[in-house]
Parts: sequence; C-alpha cells; structure tokens
Amino acid sequence: MYGMEEKEMIKVDAMGDTCPIPVVKTKNAIKELNGSGEVMTLVDNEIAVQNLTKMANQKGYGVKSQKLGEGQYEVVMTISADGASAVTELAESTVEEETVCYPDARKKNTVVVLSSSTMGNGDDELGAILMKGFIYALSQQENLPTTILMYNGGAKISCEESPSLEDLKSLESQGVEILTCGTCLNHYGLSDKLKVGEVTNMYVIAEKMTQADLIVKP
Amino acid sequence: MEEKISFCKGGGCTAKLGAGILSRVLERLPKGPQDPNLLIGYDSKDDAAVYKVSDDIAIVQTLDFFPPMVDEPYTFGKIAATNALSDIYAMGGEVKTALNIVCFPETMDLNILGEIMRGGSEKVIEAGGTLAGGHSINDSDVKYGLSVTGVVHPDRIYPNNGGKPGDKLILTKRLGVGIICTANRVQEASAEAMEAAISSMTTLNKYAAMICRNYDIHACTDVTGFSFLGHLHEMMDGALSCQINAKQVPVFPEALDYADEFLLTAAGQRNRNHVQDYVKFENVPFAMEEVLYDPQTSGGLLVAVDATQAETLEKELQEAGLPAAIVGEIVEKGDVEITVTM
Repeated sequence: MYGMEEKEMIKVDAMGDTCPIPVVKTKNAIKELNGSGEVMTLVDNEIAVQNLTKMANQKGYGVKSQKLGEGQYEVVMTISADGASAVTELAESTVEEETVCYPDARKKNTVVVLSSSTMGNGDDELGAILMKGFIYALSQQENLPTTILMYNGGAKISCEESPSLEDLKSLESQGVEILTCGTCLNHYGLSDKLKVGEVTNMYVIAEKMTQADLIVKP
Repeated sequence: MEEKISFCKGGGCTAKLGAGILSRVLERLPKGPQDPNLLIGYDSKDDAAVYKVSDDIAIVQTLDFFPPMVDEPYTFGKIAATNALSDIYAMGGEVKTALNIVCFPETMDLNILGEIMRGGSEKVIEAGGTLAGGHSINDSDVKYGLSVTGVVHPDRIYPNNGGKPGDKLILTKRLGVGIICTANRVQEASAEAMEAAISSMTTLNKYAAMICRNYDIHACTDVTGFSFLGHLHEMMDGALSCQINAKQVPVFPEALDYADEFLLTAAGQRNRNHVQDYVKFENVPFAMEEVLYDPQTSGGLLVAVDATQAETLEKELQEAGLPAAIVGEIVEKGDVEITVTM
C-alpha cells in the first residue's frame, strides 16, 4: 500500500518579535514535533530570517525562506527523523544577496564528491590505493573540477597522514576549491589536522551538489 | 518599587543602527569648511570627536544613550553611564563634565527615573567628572545616557587606526554580555552569568586607561555595539591586517553556551553581515564566532601596544583585577584582513 507521507507542520507566529524570540519559539515548536516534521515561522524582518537560517544550518535541518510581502517573511525548517540533515530543495532566498561570481559558462561546473577514503567495494586496502590513484589522475586531467567535496570517511583525505595531500594541494593551487565537512572532521577528531582547503557545512555541500553541471563520485 | 522598566525591545548596544546603514547616511552629509583644529571627526570612525583648543589641550566630545538591557533602573543607569564615559578613555582622555540624556514616559513612576539617574551620577563622580545638566523628553520608552566632555593632550590622543605591524592587541574585558543579556530576556541566563555581565558593564575603563598611559599605545578603541570584530575592523582601517588567537580572547563561558542555544541578537547578525567579508575563521566553533560578533554594552578597551611592552602591560592590567589578555597581533596588510584561529 503506497501512501503520501504525512509531514507534521507547526506554524509559529513571530511577527513583531525581536531576536532571539523567533528562534526560541521555533525551537519550542521543533521540540513539539517529536522527531520529524516541518516548522514554519513568520517574521517581519530579514535579520530574523538570517538568524533562523543560521540555527537551521548549524543543526543540519533543511531550511528555505521567502519574502511574502513588505515586512513579512516565512522560514520553513525541515527536521528529519534520523536527526541527520534533511536536505531540501533550495528555494530562492530573498535575504540581501552579495555579488556572486558565476563560473565561466563555457566551462562545466564539475564537482567531485569523495564520501569515503577508499574507492569501490571489496578490499579496503585496494580501495585506499585506488583512491590515491584517482586523485592523482584527477590532478593530471586537462579540465579540472571546480570543487572537491569531502565528507564522512572522505574527510580523512584532506588531513594529516593522507597519501593524497600533495595532489590536493596541487589541485588547490590550480584553482580547485577543496572543501571538507566540519561535522565529519569533528566526528573523527580531525579538526586540527586539516591540511588542505577549508572547512564547510552541509548547507554548502548541498548547494554545490545541486548547482553542479556534473557530479563525479568515484 | 513595584513597577519594573520593561525592556522588551533589545536594549543596550544591541539597539545601535547597523554600521552599514550608518555609513551610507553619513557619506551624504554636507561637511562644511574644513577646520584644522578638528583633530578627529567622524571621517575616521573614531570613538569621539577631538578638537584642539590650545597646544596642550584638546576637547574630547562624545555621547551615548540607549534603552535598558536590564530591568533594575539603578543598574541600568550605571551601565549606561559607564558606556558613555568609556569613549573618553578610548581616546586617551580624562572625563571632565557630563550631561544627562533622558527619554521617559510621563506616566511612569518618576522614582524609577530618579534611580536611573542616581546610577548615572555615581559613575560620573567615580570617573572624576561633574554632572552639569542634561535634557529630558517624554517618550513611549525609557532611554538613558550621557553626553560627555573630556580633555586630552593633542600629542597623546589614541586614534583607532594608529596600530603598526608587530603591535600586540590587548582586550581588557570579557566578551559576551550582549548574548548573556539577551538570554536573560528570555529567562535562560543564570543569575551568576548576569551578575558577572553586570559587573563587567559597570566597570569604568578608567582603570585600564590609567595603566595604559605609561605605555606606548599606538591605537585604542572600546569594544561596544559593533562587536569585537567590528571594532577591530575599524582599527585595521583598510591599511592593516591582524591575526587573532581565539583561545586567548577573554569570554564569558556562559555566553558560549547561550550562543550554542542560538539566543542571539539581531544586532549580532547585522555585525556579522557588515564584517564577515573581512574575516577568515580557522577551526573556530560557531559559538565563538557569535561571541566575536556579539554587540557589547560598555565593553573593554582594545589596544594596540608596542610588542616589547605587551606582556608587561597585560600583567599590570591583570594585577589591577582586569580580565585583560593579549589576543593577537597586527601584521602587514594581506589578502585577509582579520584571521581568527582557534
């Protein structure tokens, strides 16, 4: 029997409330959800939207916001049952946008995603050798990717003792963005062992992946 | 006293208009003929105006006022006055006179106003100045502060932006009072945290300033509404860069806890919006970022001191009971203006 998954949605009215009240009300609503669902918060200014979005990003909730009218904004957070980030479709955020540089349209925006420190299944020792080989081969390609994202086991690749540090540094020096998930670094106790590139979060990872022309996942 | 002053709208320096908005408006104001005696005006985003009246005296002029951030009127008066007086110290000056700025609802119990002003006048006296008058208007909400006049020797003014590469940066008070007061508004701050925050907000920067006078201070500002990073950005003034060691920055540990609960101000986010392009964080936890963007009410002095004297100055400030610490150093201008590492 197939059925539509009913998502519980709680509405929070924080119109006229000054920070941190919108966040406090939203947190209380999330507690009432008992695990998963959506909370929609109404606020009357963009800064409140930003503070709510900040919280959602830190907690790993999906979040999208939109302006409903003059002095009326809506922020919807999606909380998933397994507590991990529920990546929702990124709607247009009307928070004041800074100037963004768009990559050269002639060049494909290729994103390489490394979710493990080994490549393929079967033998992990072989897998590690394959991954090292892959990253080296990547660095020798004519068309380099725009970004390399590393999370979960992949977070180890950009840290101390990784066999691929030289290749990653070489890629970085040629303009490739090297990003490693912060939550993952913390989890593996590698926060101060990052050697290449920058720390990122799930919001950026989701954004990079959805905006990519091509995702390469070895 | 039955009636409490309600501060349902964020008070203290969280009430400041964002720096971005302000600069746009200020840019367009007519400037008038240049007066060579105006040593420091609003062009340099400094703490106060400084006007030379003779070879050895310059007047320091500043004002600050805001809605309450605590609900006890006498405490509010002390905090507001401490905050206003601070700018004189940030210029290297001495307090001489102060005028009250009062907004008060006609229908509210006048004893409350009396208590606010009692707190204010005590601090002016402690600063060595004289309360010489003031102005009050009827308003729907309570606001209080001071217009302060001080003096300084024209050759010994501490500008915001006079720091030199190699200078060490010292902060004399803990960060996080904005977040603590905000948490308090929603009943999530501990009594100890609030007490510590209030104690910090009612400590005059006079004592830090007096100690600094014996050292080679190249630049000084007080950390208030634009947050530690905001005021640091002003000190860099597009000509310098700096490295900050977040582990050394004095903070209220509870502020970090409350930041992790997202009990944050709108002003904090505005500060972040205004300064974030100039800041690079390396391994700094979210809560610490927020404390560095937290608007401070009546914060400490942030000084740029000659590197050879930094440790001695830090020690002398600590011996005077101040939670001062060397938090980083100024370096030659680079690609990143402010680098914060944990």
